[in-house]
Amino acid sequence: MKHVKVLGTGCSGCKTTLRLIRQVADERGVAVQLEKVESLPEIMKYKVMSTPAVLIDDIVVHAGGIPSRDIIESWL
Amino acid sequence: MFQIFTDFATWLVYERLSLSSSTKLGDALHFFVEDVSKIFVLLLVLIYFVAILRASLDVGRVRDYLAGKHRGTGYFLGSCFGAITPFCSCSSIPVFLGFTSAGIPLGITMAFLITSPLINEVAVLLLVSLLGWKFTLVYIVVGMAVGIAGGAFLDHIKGERWLADFAADALRDGQQHQTDGIRHPSGTQHMSLSKRHAFAKDETLNIFKRVWFWVILGVGLGAALHGFVPDGWIASHLGAGQWWTVPVAVLVGIPLYSNATGVIPVMESLITNGLPVGTALAFCMSTVAVSFPEFILLKQVMKWPLLCILLLMLLTAFILVGWVFNVVFPLVS
Repeated sequence: MKHVKVLGTGCSGCKTTLRLIRQVADERGVAVQLEKVESLPEIMKYKVMSTPAVLIDDIVVHAGGIPSRDIIESWL
Repeated sequence: MFQIFTDFATWLVYERLSLSSSTKLGDALHFFVEDVSKIFVLLLVLIYFVAILRASLDVGRVRDYLAGKHRGTGYFLGSCFGAITPFCSCSSIPVFLGFTSAGIPLGITMAFLITSPLINEVAVLLLVSLLGWKFTLVYIVVGMAVGIAGGAFLDHIKGERWLADFAADALRDGQQHQTDGIRHPSGTQHMSLSKRHAFAKDETLNIFKRVWFWVILGVGLGAALHGFVPDGWIASHLGAGQWWTVPVAVLVGIPLYSNATGVIPVMESLITNGLPVGTALAFCMSTVAVSFPEFILLKQVMKWPLLCILLLMLLTAFILVGWVFNVVFPLVS
């Protein structure tokens, strides 16, 4: 199972990203463990400077802006 | 070049809707249609071209470039990058921490963060089309000066001692490691034209989605002012002679939270209705650069003393800007 983390301090883009990933995963029947990271020291550890950022199995795959559907599908 | 929008508004409001140009409603609606159509077209076209040019610039590269720069040039460059980097206030904290953990001094980071909301391509574009080149130039110079002076001041008083503990640790670590040459690989210097086009298209749509409502709101307010506030009222009640109008304008601007896109059309309307340039400038900058949501975000990485100093510093700077321009601008124009 893939472990997906969305990093962000709670702006609307982060929430949309989270929802979108959940939606795509459900549609395609992919099991994911989805987690939202809001703690700043935690976010800093990943050296991400634009949020929302997305991590798959602790690797940064996306930073800044809401990812498109196609891109999300390619991750899952 | 902009005549076409005036003609369009005249056609729509006076001919199709057959409102008279002498009524308040007709006058206000004409103003509204002209400005909204002009701004929308310009936004779409120009954001696209700016984005094409800017496609390969991101905050990561800005940070790598700023790390290890001499302080004097650092403030200036930080402010320049703040002006050209696209920026959303919900990114300000990650950017702040990213810069800080790369060992960039607080003042340079703040020069970037103060200038960023004040100056961006959308703001410049609106200023040029609504208030002309001369005013735009003044606005850019003043905005950058506030960022540079603010950054230098925060370093001078050693503002970094009031960073939140984890941010202060990150800054110390960053400065120790700076000499090790740890850098993010930034190998995306060369971008193909089709990639640039894709980026620019996305960027244009994103920015447009984010600001269209502000444009309507700002121009709507401007139109209301334009049509319904009696001519000469602003000039006689809030004119240059009244020194207290500048601090009041700055204070009124704090709780009003808007981005530059929304406030510039209001500023245009205020100026054409006789509000002194300095007062308008002070109001605009305070609305854009100082807001409660922004400060609540910054509280996560700064302790109270630094936050209060930052607030007072910005308010003082904008009041001074207002006073100076109310005196100087009538002499040079």
